[in-house]
Amino acid sequence: MSNLDFIATTIDGFHHNPKNLLQILITIQAHLHQIDDVAVAAVASALHLSPNQVVAVIDFYSFLHRHHRGRYEILISDSITDRMLGNQALLQQFCQRLQITPETPRSDLQVSIAPTSCSGFCDEGPAVLINGVALSQLTGERVATICDFIEANTPMDAWPDSLFEHREQIHQRGLLLNLPAPQGEVLNPFFTENQDHCDETAATATIAQLERAALRGRGGAGFHTALKWRLCREAVIARQQQGEHSRAVVICNADEGEPGTFKDRILLVHQAEALIEGMTLCAATVGAEEGFIYLRGEYRYLLPQLTQLLEKRRQAGLLGRQIKGKTFSFDITIHLGAGAYICGEESALIESLEGKQGIPRIRPPFPVSRGYLGQPTVVDNVETFIAAAAIAIKGDAWFNAVGTEKSRGSKLLSISGDCSLPGVYEFPFGITVTEVLRAAGADEKLLGVQVGGPSGTFITPDEFLRTIAFEDLSTGGSFIIFNEKRNLFEIVQNFTHFFAHESCGFCTPCRVGTTLLQRQFDKICDGHGNHDDLTTLQEIAQICKSASHCGLGQTAANPILTTLQRFPVSYQHQLCTNAFEPCFNLDFSLAVTRQLSQRDDADAHLSQQGGASA
Amino acid sequence: MSAQIEIDNQTIPFTAGQTIMQAAAAAGIYIPHLCHHPDLPAHGSCKLCTVSVNGRNMASCTTPAEAGQQIGNQTPALQSLRLRLIQMLFIEGNHLCPTCEKSGHCRLQATAYDLGMLDSHFPHFYRQHGVDSSHPDLLLDRNRCIYCSLCVRASRDLDGKGCFVMSGRGINKSLAINSPSGQLGDSAISANDRAVSICPTGALLPKQQGFTTPIGKRHFDTHLIRDEV
Repeated sequence: MSNLDFIATTIDGFHHNPKNLLQILITIQAHLHQIDDVAVAAVASALHLSPNQVVAVIDFYSFLHRHHRGRYEILISDSITDRMLGNQALLQQFCQRLQITPETPRSDLQVSIAPTSCSGFCDEGPAVLINGVALSQLTGERVATICDFIEANTPMDAWPDSLFEHREQIHQRGLLLNLPAPQGEVLNPFFTENQDHCDETAATATIAQLERAALRGRGGAGFHTALKWRLCREAVIARQQQGEHSRAVVICNADEGEPGTFKDRILLVHQAEALIEGMTLCAATVGAEEGFIYLRGEYRYLLPQLTQLLEKRRQAGLLGRQIKGKTFSFDITIHLGAGAYICGEESALIESLEGKQGIPRIRPPFPVSRGYLGQPTVVDNVETFIAAAAIAIKGDAWFNAVGTEKSRGSKLLSISGDCSLPGVYEFPFGITVTEVLRAAGADEKLLGVQVGGPSGTFITPDEFLRTIAFEDLSTGGSFIIFNEKRNLFEIVQNFTHFFAHESCGFCTPCRVGTTLLQRQFDKICDGHGNHDDLTTLQEIAQICKSASHCGLGQTAANPILTTLQRFPVSYQHQLCTNAFEPCFNLDFSLAVTRQLSQRDDADAHLSQQGGASA
Repeated sequence: MSAQIEIDNQTIPFTAGQTIMQAAAAAGIYIPHLCHHPDLPAHGSCKLCTVSVNGRNMASCTTPAEAGQQIGNQTPALQSLRLRLIQMLFIEGNHLCPTCEKSGHCRLQATAYDLGMLDSHFPHFYRQHGVDSSHPDLLLDRNRCIYCSLCVRASRDLDGKGCFVMSGRGINKSLAINSPSGQLGDSAISANDRAVSICPTGALLPKQQGFTTPIGKRHFDTHLIRDEV
């Protein structure tokens, strides 16, 4: 099949729908390893878009490229946990063995390598994505094997299964992880014996039950789920009363991109049925026929099994047309992300689902009133939908009995870093950090714990009696442990670079601010920052926090702000004593001149005064 | 409660559906802004119009006015925040006012005057952005683009052409042209489009019009931007 035939077939498969633009581009990238001008023109003309609208989408997502990447495209996960587990040495090994440099495909286009944001395998890193498929627990030996297969041009489906196995470590189960896979029972109250339609009272009863259970969104923000579902339902009813044909849309946010979190991946493996059931419950409650799972690109290896499960449930009459033989229809489509942390923000996720760049919308209107294609939309996290299904099956009292007054139920944590038992844990809300650390077998002497990922808080040992709860340490689930030997500045630098890379660029304070933060922090990190530089760093941090459009920019400075507050002396020691330090490195700036003049003697170098006093 | 809000302790009325920016403009109150234009839907990206609403920072161009809001506008804290934001726009691009034909007619420059900007404060990025001179009547200098997307919206909503699209991500954002070659020259744009005149900087300029008004006698040399409310 020629490339153009492949593109045409792909577009046919996605029904020539511009809403599927991102999905079409992901498919083309996977097959052709690039989306070149010819492909752009073909897609644009088939979807009646301008070529530059297509290019705008390609350039937004990290996993899409207009230039050829290697036929084996290696993306090495570069979260702080991957670094702690030695990903830099493995990157070097890849480069030496395959004779490549990062970001530049080898001249024969056989292979390319580049770093990528946290891939969600922090408890079993270092991890890589090869042609979109995740491989974890990398060792020097495994890298050598992989390189051999690449050089021998062995197709990936002929590689041994052992290379693709993940440990999926669950160390503690609670309300959700112990739930047996539901088989449609949550819908029972909606269909009484001789009733064909969704029962209205069952919808209000479901919302009332969620309210009694006091379920709050598990993504980190903690919005009350009952309120979200009710507002969406009311928006649908209000529109229908105005004579509009309005149907709600149910979206599962499976785009957990916060570095250090991977518990949704475990849930997608072990509790996918409960997730689908929770989404179906939501659909019956709010009046939706269409549902989406927005699956982060890094988890593409889960796509076949999730697709299979959806089909199995359709066959069983639990999904699709006429669920349980009644007039209620609801189906779920899986959409893939393509490497953009911002798409975890619900309105950016909706934009992405519509085939566009993932730029957060202006709010209000909120998705519950105007979401996907302008329809009232519920966006909930994987864990939240599963909790909703669990509450419907086991009752609100069962759920409510666990947790604290303001944080009911359990919380799944993704624990990684310096501990003997990294993996997923389900704890009751209200558990102290000390108890979590004990369960995970954390190292004895700790520098601190990053709770809630880079956008969360860095806490020190004197805070370990604090609790995991909305009212104290609110977290989407990321929990990274650092022992006392870890370098605070390397941690903060990794996180600060992450945000600069992931900023969508929509608003001034985040677009410019995150890059300024990165440069300013690097200057201090490299030992060229003086007292004024620290003041400027704090100033930029405050601007990002107070003026940004969405949560990304508002939290991008958290790694700096939370560590500055706790380690003022370390920061002071990192400063040089000079009154003025230029923001560029003199000697480094001469590198090009040295290269051109082919000189590298002592006189071709300039020394720069300064450097950290520490 | 009647439909009123308070801006810097001044009570002003608003009508249902108005944003804070619209209510303020109707009452003759200036809130600095660059990406907002009364003829287009709110965008909310430049954040210069940030005000404090009941103690919380919000973009006034996208925040609906609600009865009883206590709004801070010309406070020292907000003015210094706005100054830093506009300085960010200056260091991100390459804005060399003395050599720019838009000088004196430039809303970016005039707003910077208003905010008392005397230096760029942050280190310049010194990035090279391309110049597109392919159009016979127009020049696009991307060094002066501030990503406000006014041209994108005006071309789409007012000119009905859709000549522009905002491309890229993060600091690599760039203004792209909807045309077969990606060049301005073979796009549908023409010199009298609103998309051109709406540009608040010298990024999109008509050609063959050099210094017809001497510097010093240009609009913002003699008028304050805050008087334009």
